[in-house]
Amino acid sequence: MSLSTTDTEPDERSAAAEPLTHGTLPASGPPLVLLGAIATGAVLWLLGWNPALSGIVAAVGYTAVVYVWSRAVEEARAARDRLITAVVSSAFLLAMLPLVSVLATVVSRGLARFDGEFFTHSMRGVVAEGGGVHHAIFGTLIITGLTTLISVPVGLLTAVYLVEYGRGRLARAITFFVDVMTGIPSIVAGLFAYALFVLFFGPGVRMGIAGAVALSVLMIPVVVRSAEEMLKLVPNELREASYALGVPKWRTILRIVLPTALAGIATGVTLAIARVIGETAPLLITVGITTSDNFNPFDGRMATLSVFSYYEYVSPGVPPEASLDRAWAAALVLILIVMALNLVARLISRLFAPKSA
Amino acid sequence: MPITTEPTGRQRTPQRLGDRVFSGASTGAGVLILAVLAGVAAFLLVEAWPAVTAPAEDMPGGEGVALYVWPLLFGTLLSALLALAIAAPLSVAIALFITQYAHRRVATTLGYVIDLLAAVPSIIFGLWGVSQLAPLTVDPTGWLAENLGFIPLFAGPASSTGRTMLTVALVLAIMILPINTAVVREAFRQTPRLHEEASWALGATRSEMIRMSVLPFGRSAIIGGSMLGLGRALGETMAVAMVLSTSGGVTFNLISNGNPSTIAANIALQFPESTGIKVNALIASGLVLFAVTLAVNMTARAVINRRREFSGAN
Repeated sequence: MSLSTTDTEPDERSAAAEPLTHGTLPASGPPLVLLGAIATGAVLWLLGWNPALSGIVAAVGYTAVVYVWSRAVEEARAARDRLITAVVSSAFLLAMLPLVSVLATVVSRGLARFDGEFFTHSMRGVVAEGGGVHHAIFGTLIITGLTTLISVPVGLLTAVYLVEYGRGRLARAITFFVDVMTGIPSIVAGLFAYALFVLFFGPGVRMGIAGAVALSVLMIPVVVRSAEEMLKLVPNELREASYALGVPKWRTILRIVLPTALAGIATGVTLAIARVIGETAPLLITVGITTSDNFNPFDGRMATLSVFSYYEYVSPGVPPEASLDRAWAAALVLILIVMALNLVARLISRLFAPKSA
Repeated sequence: MPITTEPTGRQRTPQRLGDRVFSGASTGAGVLILAVLAGVAAFLLVEAWPAVTAPAEDMPGGEGVALYVWPLLFGTLLSALLALAIAAPLSVAIALFITQYAHRRVATTLGYVIDLLAAVPSIIFGLWGVSQLAPLTVDPTGWLAENLGFIPLFAGPASSTGRTMLTVALVLAIMILPINTAVVREAFRQTPRLHEEASWALGATRSEMIRMSVLPFGRSAIIGGSMLGLGRALGETMAVAMVLSTSGGVTFNLISNGNPSTIAANIALQFPESTGIKVNALIASGLVLFAVTLAVNMTARAVINRRREFSGAN
């Protein structure tokens, strides 16, 4: 390229205003185009266009304008760089839209029945308006509590085995299958629990403890994974110092390793609870639904928030609005619980982080 | 140590009772997990067996268990693969944006937001999909049926409720985005700093740097993450059950009212009202789903683990 321009060089020098390199877009250029694109999208939306479609038009328009402009002013490589930047950024923004929409929808439609009666009444004898989720909230708490009681000891001990004892083929197999287990579909976990309980109680069995067993299948691998990561972080010097003082291995694990990793483990367990508390499918087939309070997980159907929300939506009463409002309000309660658990998990990891770190 | 004349063999530390109990308990917990996984397969097999041996006319549809499961399996694969086709490029873009483009502090917050998306219960995506997203797709699918109807995917007639395979694929794509993104993001973040700086030193633009050092490094994570996402999409139940309007036939038509159902959604919809041999048929379909997701997840983990071994050399 430089060779071919050598003979015309004196002419270009005389032009003087021409820089040696290619020009660049003004720094405020792309942001201004972005603002224009967003404004166009908003106008299209206000004109009654599909919001998703106007978002896509805005993103494609921004990408095209920036690319063409950069192509005219800058070199081809810079233009391609701007193109890819624009594509990546707009893909990211487009992917954020559903999240915003989900949260906004749940909050706005859930607030209609977010009142005192909703939390203090069950659905006993309710056909149209009124009623609440008192029974479902307690059902969710009882079943999730039982799940935690089963999952945390098993998960924690397995993590201890993998980090402190496990060597060879068994440890590798457990690591691999724990990973695989995180991918078991929740409905299959539900079928497993149902098939297990059918052996003891006969066909058609529905009880809270079966739901807890199903949820444990989903929760144990999550607990193992997070606890294992945390136990690996405990410095080996601590263990060795303890062995050097003649402390047996099991006491070292109980008194040194576990307390050091406690904050991380608690965070992991909280996040694992948040994962299973919103599960619907396994509870739908193992626990079912009921309209009144049943706080005994060993005796028949119980109500849970997610299943309650599902049934209120798919089989609404007359008029349907009351049921739909209850479904959305239950969804709002569920999402608030999940968000609160996530917040608690972050607080735990921040407040109780090991001092040495 | 006292000098002895007898051969002592391999020297062992004395096993205390507490040690034996503790190591036994933790080994037992590990073995229990393997037993549970084997138990899932065994119990499903036991409960599915009556459906396999039952006469064909006793099955729903009256043509045997294989023909009962096949359309469901087709719907499951179709919806999950479509969702993956939408989610995989998006997740790479999100991971690139977070690790390469966004300011570090912004990136941390964005990572947290993506993780929150993973925590939203599937029932909420189902409610949102059927009440918000489905109506939005009615006009575009109508346009597709009119103008691109010659493509079998958009043969139509377009659904007037929007409860189509296309909507399901979109909802599933949104649901598997977080897990896809998490795996890919982790790999991109571990790109060797020296590779990146070498690209910069050669005068690469950012996009060239990404193509030269970030993407090759993250390739197997992109494959592994996508397969994990695929596993999720295959087993997703409630969102499909609530959004999809089904007729049971096998069709590639994405925008009509008559869609094949998926295995998971079909179980959720049929199970509460089923008794007798129908329950066994549903469990048989669940066994098929279990086998498919197990294969997908094992492959995904093998791919991801292989990368972990390779990257240790860097």
